Amino acid sequence: MKKAGIIMIIGSLLLLGLFKFPLWNIVLGAPQYPDPLGMNIFINGIQGVEEFDLQNIDGLNHYIGMKTIPKPEEMWEFSVFPKVIIGMVILGVVIGFLGFLEKVSYKFFLGWFLLMSILGVLGMYDFNNWLIDYGSNLDPNAIIKVTNPDGTPMSYKPPLIGYQKLLNFDVDSWPHIGGYLMFVGMALTLVAFWLGRKITLKQTTQ
Amino acid sequence: MMKNKFKLSIGLMVAALAFTGCNNSSQTSNKGALGSSAAEKVFVAPGEHDSHYAFLSGGYSGNLTVYGLPSGRMFKEIPVFSQFPTNGYGYSEETKPMLETSFGFVPWDDSHHPDISQTNGELDGRWVFINGNNTPRIARISLTSFETEEIIEVPNSAGNHSSSFITENTEYVVAGTRFSVPVPQRDMSIKDYKGNFKGALTFISVDPEHGHMDIKFQVLMPGFNYDLSHPGRGKSHGWFFFTTYNTEEANSLLEVNASQNDKDFIAAINWKKIEEYVNNGGGTMMPANYAHNLHDEATHTATSTMKKEVRVVNPSEVPGAVYLLPTPKSPHGCDVDPSGEYIVGNGKLSANLTVHSFTKMLDAIENKKFDGDAYGIPILNFEDVLAGSVQQPGLGPLHTEFDGQGNAYTTFFISSEVVKWKLGTWEVLDRKPTYYSVGHLTIPGGNSRKPFGKYMFAMNKITKDRYLPTGPEMEHSAQLYDISGDKMEILLDFPTHGEPHYAAAIPAEIIKSKSKKIYRLDENEHPRKAISEADTKVVRDGKNVHIYMNMIRSHFTPDNIEGVKVGDKVFFHITNLEQDFDVPHGFAMIGARNAELLVSPGQTRTLTWEPQQVGVWPFYCTDFCSALHQEMQGYVRVSPADSDIELSWSLGE
Repeated sequence: MKKAGIIMIIGSLLLLGLFKFPLWNIVLGAPQYPDPLGMNIFINGIQGVEEFDLQNIDGLNHYIGMKTIPKPEEMWEFSVFPKVIIGMVILGVVIGFLGFLEKVSYKFFLGWFLLMSILGVLGMYDFNNWLIDYGSNLDPNAIIKVTNPDGTPMSYKPPLIGYQKLLNFDVDSWPHIGGYLMFVGMALTLVAFWLGRKITLKQTTQ
Repeated sequence: MMKNKFKLSIGLMVAALAFTGCNNSSQTSNKGALGSSAAEKVFVAPGEHDSHYAFLSGGYSGNLTVYGLPSGRMFKEIPVFSQFPTNGYGYSEETKPMLETSFGFVPWDDSHHPDISQTNGELDGRWVFINGNNTPRIARISLTSFETEEIIEVPNSAGNHSSSFITENTEYVVAGTRFSVPVPQRDMSIKDYKGNFKGALTFISVDPEHGHMDIKFQVLMPGFNYDLSHPGRGKSHGWFFFTTYNTEEANSLLEVNASQNDKDFIAAINWKKIEEYVNNGGGTMMPANYAHNLHDEATHTATSTMKKEVRVVNPSEVPGAVYLLPTPKSPHGCDVDPSGEYIVGNGKLSANLTVHSFTKMLDAIENKKFDGDAYGIPILNFEDVLAGSVQQPGLGPLHTEFDGQGNAYTTFFISSEVVKWKLGTWEVLDRKPTYYSVGHLTIPGGNSRKPFGKYMFAMNKITKDRYLPTGPEMEHSAQLYDISGDKMEILLDFPTHGEPHYAAAIPAEIIKSKSKKIYRLDENEHPRKAISEADTKVVRDGKNVHIYMNMIRSHFTPDNIEGVKVGDKVFFHITNLEQDFDVPHGFAMIGARNAELLVSPGQTRTLTWEPQQVGVWPFYCTDFCSALHQEMQGYVRVSPADSDIELSWSLGE
């Protein structure tokens, strides 16, 4: 159970990577942009991959009537997400430490994982809602209006995950280092659960 | 009678040597056909980059062109000494001061010899310098912005030809005068040239951090013509070598009268010694009048300052600083090999190439092996400084470059070829024709301690049938050769712009990553910038109307302006708000009698317009910037001079 506790602590601590590295990354390439424009989505705000990428994305988006990319203070998520992550890290470390001291059951590890998963899915849902709004809530006086074959306005929503072609842009949306560290951390808490369960079962059968 | 005899003897010599030249060249293939392997060697696939930059002087265009090797594609023409309506250089208020001289505004020149800055004798790729030959000037071009940053005029000089060559740590950029002139200039009989005219060799210090140029001293040499020069390097660092012709000091019909002496000189200048002399208060400050023009990247604005004095040094007063090395027959190119030991004097009327030894020169100086003096400057004994000579390599040798493998490559104008020969043994190894009548040649780093070899290109004076004919006036031609093997292989034939004299080339890796993409708006210190909509305004100051305007895809702010009157002088101060690579905007005003503007991202430029007629007059963006480029336009309403319409301006109302 000592080993499981340590793995639980390490797994939780990996979430701290989100404060240093982007959670997600969206890259926009086009014939005119051989060096693609890109945005890194951190839990506390959106930054350009290169210094002037956001300004240039906004500059291009004004043609199709998209709103500018939000500043941290324009979205509540960017102040709440860091608190949630810090809370989950503290909770995970405490559970891991108590597990190490064999004060709590391995089931708490699974509990943490499930809570984190629910929060993660809610976060993704929220992020996707923003993408929908960003890509389809367009200025009615936009310079260029593109419609789908059925006459409805085209949405410029970037994919939540994966690749999509939007007009002349190739859009790729994938997790970034912070996101991968979070996934590895969450996976480690599952490992901690599995290991803790194995040891505990062994102890009870003896 | 004398004259005819002379012409006849030259004619015979040319005929005799042409025969020899033919015999030699028949040993190797002289066919112009390109092998398929040559095509592969110059093929740069679409989207791929060339391996080298080449900077070719523009000659009478006054500019500098940037090419890629091995493709021979031209990437850019950088305006240096000439007004350039393409982007408004020399027309915009910010750049007009760059072309100020003591003669006033001189909007053109004849640019000759680019040279790239060096550190420890190797190309460092920070700046390229080039000389204006006609109105003596030296320019410094940044290799991050690829723009001309500084131009300094050279006083007491005329025909700034033996320039602009730099010492191995870019301590100095050196400018020698082709014409000797009265110093100071004065009203005197031309016939009194001999003994009275002077040839100024100018050492311009280069600030190691910013590159700023300042004349440290001028050596006032005898009234010869100083043709070309090169720095000593390695063991000869601290010396500078100049070829001379017209040591006869003729002032008329030079083609005959300056070709009489069997030998002219290479002047060897120990600049370190003169620098020490000057640092200790040597030389005299003489009144002068010359322009120093500096473009500031932060303010995007050039200023011109007239300097009023220059330090001159009489060489006979600095013992041991200057010596003359006899060199046959009006030498043209003066080239120093990578080790610094050999100084090649390309005697253009000589049948042989003369090579001096630096070691022997020092020895001759030490043992005072002098053969008289000229105006107090010791002449060294020819045999005592001679390292060797290349026997009858061709006709009309002009310039030599080096590959760093112990080989030298010399151009021959009359026999129209490049000859490869070996340093030390002086044997001819190979020869290849050029098309036609080659002047300079360039090997990347060929004027440094570390040539990069691989490529050599020859820049020709005569094109004739090489390309599709384009009327009586044609661009010159250049040929690229692969010199990595024992024999030179011609790879490519490409046209050049203006008249390239010398060129400097450098591996692309050294500079390409440092090439600027934008100017930062947050570093723009132009006093009339408008970096936000709130900064845009129109201000009247008497008859002057200042329009603070900016532009971003795809509009000008403001784009409707009223209250301008006939007789006003309108200044459009335009800031490009883009911070995206390769998104310049243009600005063109109907009836503008100067030029258009091309404004780079983050830059501010000013165009002056003097409206002549009442009406509503349009302006627009000239650079196809975006899908809505054609919509990027506006109007200025011009009212009669006595109108009382107030200034107003707007966007989107």
